[in-house]
Amino acid sequence: MTTLSDPPKEQFRLSMLLYDTRYRSGTIQVIALIGFMLLAAWLINNTAQNLAELGKPIDFGFFSEPASYDINQRLLDYDSRDTHLRAALIGLLNTLVVAVLGCATATVIGVVVGVLRLSHNWIVGRLMTVYVEMFRNVPVLLWIVFIMAILIETLPAPSAFRGEDPAASMLLSDSVAFTNRGVYIPEPLFSRSLGDIHLLGEASLRFDVSVNLIAILAVLIGGIWVSNIIKRRADRIQESTGVRPTTWYLRLGVILVPLAILLAALGVHFGYPALKGFNFQGGTHLRNSLIALWLALSLYTAAFIAEIVRAGIMAISKGQTEAASALGLRQNRIMSLVILPQALRVIVPPLISQYLNLTKNSSLAIAVGYMDITGTLGGITMNQTGRELECVLLLMLVYLVISLSISAVMNWYNESVKLKER
Amino acid sequence: MSDVSFVRTEMLPEKAPPPTSAGAIGWARENLFSGWFNTLLTLASLVVVYYVLSAIVPWILSPTFSGTSLGQCREMLAAAGQESGHGGGACWGVIRERWIQLMFGFYPSELYWRPIAAFVLLAVALAPILFSDKVPAKLIWFSAAYPFIFPWLLWGGAVWGPISAAAGFVIAFVVYRIVSQSMSDLIGLVGGILVALIWWLVLSGIAVSALDSILPIGLEPVESRKFGGFMLSITIGIVAIACSLPLGIVMALGRQSDLMIVKYLCVGFIEFIRGVPLITLLFVASTLLNIFMPPGTNFDIILRVLIMVTLFATAYMAEVIRGGLAALPKGQYEGADSLGLDYWQAQRLIIMPQALKISIPGIVSTFIGVFKDTTLVSIIGLLDPLGLSNAIRADANWNGIVWELYGFIALLFFVFCFGMSRYSMYLERKLQTGHR
Repeated sequence: MTTLSDPPKEQFRLSMLLYDTRYRSGTIQVIALIGFMLLAAWLINNTAQNLAELGKPIDFGFFSEPASYDINQRLLDYDSRDTHLRAALIGLLNTLVVAVLGCATATVIGVVVGVLRLSHNWIVGRLMTVYVEMFRNVPVLLWIVFIMAILIETLPAPSAFRGEDPAASMLLSDSVAFTNRGVYIPEPLFSRSLGDIHLLGEASLRFDVSVNLIAILAVLIGGIWVSNIIKRRADRIQESTGVRPTTWYLRLGVILVPLAILLAALGVHFGYPALKGFNFQGGTHLRNSLIALWLALSLYTAAFIAEIVRAGIMAISKGQTEAASALGLRQNRIMSLVILPQALRVIVPPLISQYLNLTKNSSLAIAVGYMDITGTLGGITMNQTGRELECVLLLMLVYLVISLSISAVMNWYNESVKLKER
Repeated sequence: MSDVSFVRTEMLPEKAPPPTSAGAIGWARENLFSGWFNTLLTLASLVVVYYVLSAIVPWILSPTFSGTSLGQCREMLAAAGQESGHGGGACWGVIRERWIQLMFGFYPSELYWRPIAAFVLLAVALAPILFSDKVPAKLIWFSAAYPFIFPWLLWGGAVWGPISAAAGFVIAFVVYRIVSQSMSDLIGLVGGILVALIWWLVLSGIAVSALDSILPIGLEPVESRKFGGFMLSITIGIVAIACSLPLGIVMALGRQSDLMIVKYLCVGFIEFIRGVPLITLLFVASTLLNIFMPPGTNFDIILRVLIMVTLFATAYMAEVIRGGLAALPKGQYEGADSLGLDYWQAQRLIIMPQALKISIPGIVSTFIGVFKDTTLVSIIGLLDPLGLSNAIRADANWNGIVWELYGFIALLFFVFCFGMSRYSMYLERKLQTGHR
């Protein structure tokens, strides 16, 4: 009787690289890697040759040269003698400003529209459908230039506010002015200011941090922290006794009272815009370009967010609501404890990609002349210095970093709201 | 004790519901005025609708269709008794005079039949794909030939160029068939690709110039810079959409594959493209792409834009299809394996038909997104409708025209995109085979 033993060891042959499944994947990967490296080498070689021919080797020295152009909407001090690096920094901050403003507004509008679209009210539902379809099916660039045109063409010129019987007047007891040069709003001023901290001296990346702002933020965060402690204590009492103490005035108080005391100590008052000469002076001037971009991006993205919110709410089966009310939960507790945690799990991932889209779409600022990073680094700096390769690559890198950080933060948030499943 | 209970022996006739809960009134009470909040919302909506309509309708219905300049439009409005400012009424004369330009840009007017023919033939070529149950199946051969007809019609030139490009595919197929019968499949595939590459890179140029000198058949060539208007948007949109679907499938498969290096190459490509705005890729097209190519290459701006928009669409398409692949139950993959299908057979017969069906809504919204994003080319100076609207405003006659042009462009985009999204709903219903 013969027993089955190990088959004789096969000799390795070259053809086994292709036909033997044990080796084939390795072969394919090596070929793919070689192909990719050849492609990369070819592109780099071409680029090096072309740059040598043009006589401009890769050099980031232009960043320390004076930019000699002006940026009208800015958060930090800047003038045309500052360097290209500082111009890029100002542009980056402008990008972040419009992205943050846009994301916040778009979320609010999107949630409201999404909920209203599910409303049983026929006319409201139809209106919201019209809004969503109108914004989703027309390019965002068209909306940006369209809203810019509305602002410029329909709002009154500053001169219309002058005279005995002005054609236009300021709103909210003379504190806000809508003009075709932008919107003027009151700015907070501190009569007993704590001053600024100047960081990085005279370098291009210098920036000032207002101590007032830090103090306000610290008090606010501290208040919220104490308020959370009170909430947790109320939770514990409810769990042990079944009765929840009323804490809302305490929780509100620990946030608002210290804040009010701090603001009074700093001597907060408002600087109102006023017509002087040909234009408004004082207050904060939001330029049309910023407002048009902000509005257009928010309204456009809100249409997408509305659909996401609607889908998220519709994804929760009605049985969940019914089971929760069978357990005796009140309406607002059903929403906060049962529906929202489940709906958020559906809503958050696509919401992240809408935030990313909004941030990337903010690069269309160049169409209305808002100086974001595309307008400074990828626009005027690139045209002035002729350093296309450096500028475009750096621009891409900046957006890549912004995108990856947004998705990292939002993924972390997504992990925390995700239902813990087995 | 007498029994006084009363039992009715016949049914009562049905009564009509009370008038407040039936008919129009009932519907309105139910849907519009059920509670103070709903009533408030209804009234607010009605006020909004009234204000919007009362501002827009008279503006749209302004009798200025025959105006030849903005000034003349204003006079006509004043004669009709309407306010002649911006809010008074539209100046439709600009659309009447310039709509052809908004459609075709500066394409030579005696050659308009070519783009029109290209787009009509596109509908014919798409029919076997979109409505496969309603048209003869033989038409698919025309769809296969269409990618070569399309650029020839738009750009013109000798007929031999597209024919030789198509011949490359035919040669590759013939070589593959012959070699794979005598030797193995894989060698046939490699051989076919190699022969086709040799044909395209070396032989076809010689063949084209020889054939052209013997038989000069062709259309009058049109330069790329004359392209414009919606023709340009649709051209970019169609090419990007058509190329991004197969490339996106390949990228999605690469990203899902077990092969480590292939996977990370695909992930790197997809995440890079998705992380940067399209406008930076268009900057690459307008300034850098020529630097990346061998010295002396200088190819057309529209071709460069097409390449970058295609890459952009590919990354998004890959993610959509990856979602479809991930949504497929694991049992489908295992079932395919247990039937003894190899990787490509399993993909072709089991995985892709289902994964693509799941991802239809995503694919169509990517299409719509790409089509809308074609407006961005106006920023790098191409004359798409938005770029042309600036050019039209530069004309002294129409200086100051804003709303009419934007409204017209927005309307056309809306019609295209809305149509596409409705088609995707139809397709979803048609392909619905599962039981949910």
